[in-house]
Amino acid sequence: MLSKKQARTFFLGGTVVTFLIFIGLTIYSFSKEQDQSNYENITEQVVRGKHLWEASNCMGCHTILGEGAYYAPELTKVIDRRGKGYIKAVLTTPNPWAPNGRKMVAYGFSDEEAEDLIAFFDWIDDIDLNGFDTVVSPIAKEKTNN
Amino acid sequence: MKYKSQKVAYWFFALSMLLLVLQLTYGFIMGFARIGLDGLHDFIPFNTARAVHTNLLVVWLLSGFMGAAYYIIPEEAQRELVNVKLAYVQLISLALVGVAAVIGYHFNWWEGRKFLEIPRQLDFLVVANVLLFLGLILATLFKGKRRTTTALVLSMGLLFAALLYIPGMLPFDSQVTDSFFRWWVVHLWVEGVWELIMGGILSFLLIKLTGVDREVIEKWLYVIVGLTFLSGVLGTGHHYYYIGVNKIWLIVGGIFSALEPLAFLAMALFAVNMYRKGEKRHPNKLALFWTLGAAIVSFLGAGLLGFAHTLPQTNLYTHGTLVTAMHGHLAFWGAYAMIVLAIISYSMPNMTGRKLYLSARGRAAFWLSNIGMIGMTVAFGVAGVAQVYLERKFKMEFMQVQNEISIHFVVLLLCASVLTFGIILYIVDFIKHGRPTDQALEIKQ
Ligand code: HEM
Ligand code: HEM
Ligand SMILES: [Fe+2]
Repeated sequence: MLSKKQARTFFLGGTVVTFLIFIGLTIYSFSKEQDQSNYENITEQVVRGKHLWEASNCMGCHTILGEGAYYAPELTKVIDRRGKGYIKAVLTTPNPWAPNGRKMVAYGFSDEEAEDLIAFFDWIDDIDLNGFDTVVSPIAKEKTNN
Repeated sequence: MKYKSQKVAYWFFALSMLLLVLQLTYGFIMGFARIGLDGLHDFIPFNTARAVHTNLLVVWLLSGFMGAAYYIIPEEAQRELVNVKLAYVQLISLALVGVAAVIGYHFNWWEGRKFLEIPRQLDFLVVANVLLFLGLILATLFKGKRRTTTALVLSMGLLFAALLYIPGMLPFDSQVTDSFFRWWVVHLWVEGVWELIMGGILSFLLIKLTGVDREVIEKWLYVIVGLTFLSGVLGTGHHYYYIGVNKIWLIVGGIFSALEPLAFLAMALFAVNMYRKGEKRHPNKLALFWTLGAAIVSFLGAGLLGFAHTLPQTNLYTHGTLVTAMHGHLAFWGAYAMIVLAIISYSMPNMTGRKLYLSARGRAAFWLSNIGMIGMTVAFGVAGVAQVYLERKFKMEFMQVQNEISIHFVVLLLCASVLTFGIILYIVDFIKHGRPTDQALEIKQ
């Protein structure tokens, strides 16, 4: 039968080995050749957009890249689905926005802030999501079918 | 209770109970908002309620783990806590940081990163607080007469949990990188180091409640935490399928996360078998219920329901839907909420000298809260599966689908009321135990 010492060796050995592989894979997937997040296209405007995204806790209602809350729509590929004009209107209106009865926080962003957020969404939309984009946006699906 | 300083645990447990009630309150706010009753929207919009709900969950669980450590470590190390005053300082600072964070969320003082909403400035206070806690625990452990495996696994879990908080504090320009390292905290906590904490508490409780030889229990503890890390570390890949990183994670994450249920299965089998084997019949049946319950329900919520959406082929459709919320609720409940409630049920009679564990109220609390939580899981599950088909397969509009499935949130609220009633009974029991007292030192356990 397994002794306590063997059990401990199993624990320590397994942990060290899998952790090292994990670090290795992390380094690998962030290497330049493997990058599929179009990292080089992150502009200052995109970064400002990301800060606004965080400061407003948009993720507290919406998902992006499939992460966040399930109260409001997924925002990956939102520009595909709605167009920039619509998004800008939602972000800048000082009145509570309640399409189909569910309220969004009325942020009343300035024009410039809205543009920053749109730049952020624009950058998100060009990430290669291993096929998830085709699930959240019918338009993306058409593109891949062509 | 064998050492006076173990009484500190009581106050951490009391804080836990208080925050649990608040957590449930904010859960109701969200549940009502989902069926259109969003009268609080202007003061507590959904994103505020959600940040409060999930953060209070984490804080009450942490407070429960800390209480568990303050109770268990002296007994395992066979000495008093090195410094009781500092433990109270730690308690109060934990409460203050928690309250500051929660109040801040009502005034948009947050960082919208799911589960890590605490602003970076406050993060440093969290770190200071946890360092103080770890210092007290580790000093007690290493000055003690013995260093048991149970105590080591528990302390190691707490130490790693603190270390893993750090990747979540690093700033990144890319949402992809940000999300990647957010999972080092969230995933490696709940599917890694927190399982060590759970395993340590479970092993302590089984030793006390079943009377099975410590050597046997601790041997299996190593096997369980071994399985946890073996599958859980690379299993992190199940969060990397669709966030914009390399496809290699589809394979690595798929295989290793599919093995994660084994650790939870082992935990359930272990608890049930030790109970069967045990000669000792400890009179505190209630603690035994919660202990075995935690081992079994964690397998259902984390193991089975986790497996249900962990393969890349499934996750492609369920990623970021209410299916995730279904799993999140039962997993957190079974693994972590129930183990905290178990150690509280076990230690309260020992700290206060009042043996209330024969009351019908305690039993009712156990069954009502579990039935309520399972009902909620089913409600989230039905809503989630319907959402996946309508929105992701048939490409219906988001809000159209939400209106279709809103009826399941009525069911959710009913089940949440049953859960809440159970929790209230549990807290009534907690209060009836009264304060901890030194006279309890003389009572045989
Ligand atoms: C006690 C242990 C566990 C807890 C507390 C837990 C909790 C959670 C929570 C809260 C989330 C949502 C996280 C977020 O979106 O930020 C989540 C996601 C997930 N969990 Fe778990 N989990 C546990 C164990 C497991 C296990 C063992 C598996 C696999 C077998 C699993 C599979 C998943 C998957 C695939 C997701 C991602 C869902 C998505 O793509 O939206 N979980 N879990
Ligand atoms: C009164 C009872 C409760 C109600 C009504 C409730 C309701 C909710 C709702 C509506 C959400 C947000 C889902 C969304 O984004 O749309 C949520 C999130 C969450 N709740 Fe609860 N909840 C309750 C109790 C609990 C308990 C007891 C736990 C833990 C043991 C818990 C853990 C969580 C977690 C982990 C999340 C995040 C899930 C995710 O992102 O996937 N909740 N809850
Ligand atoms: Fe995970």
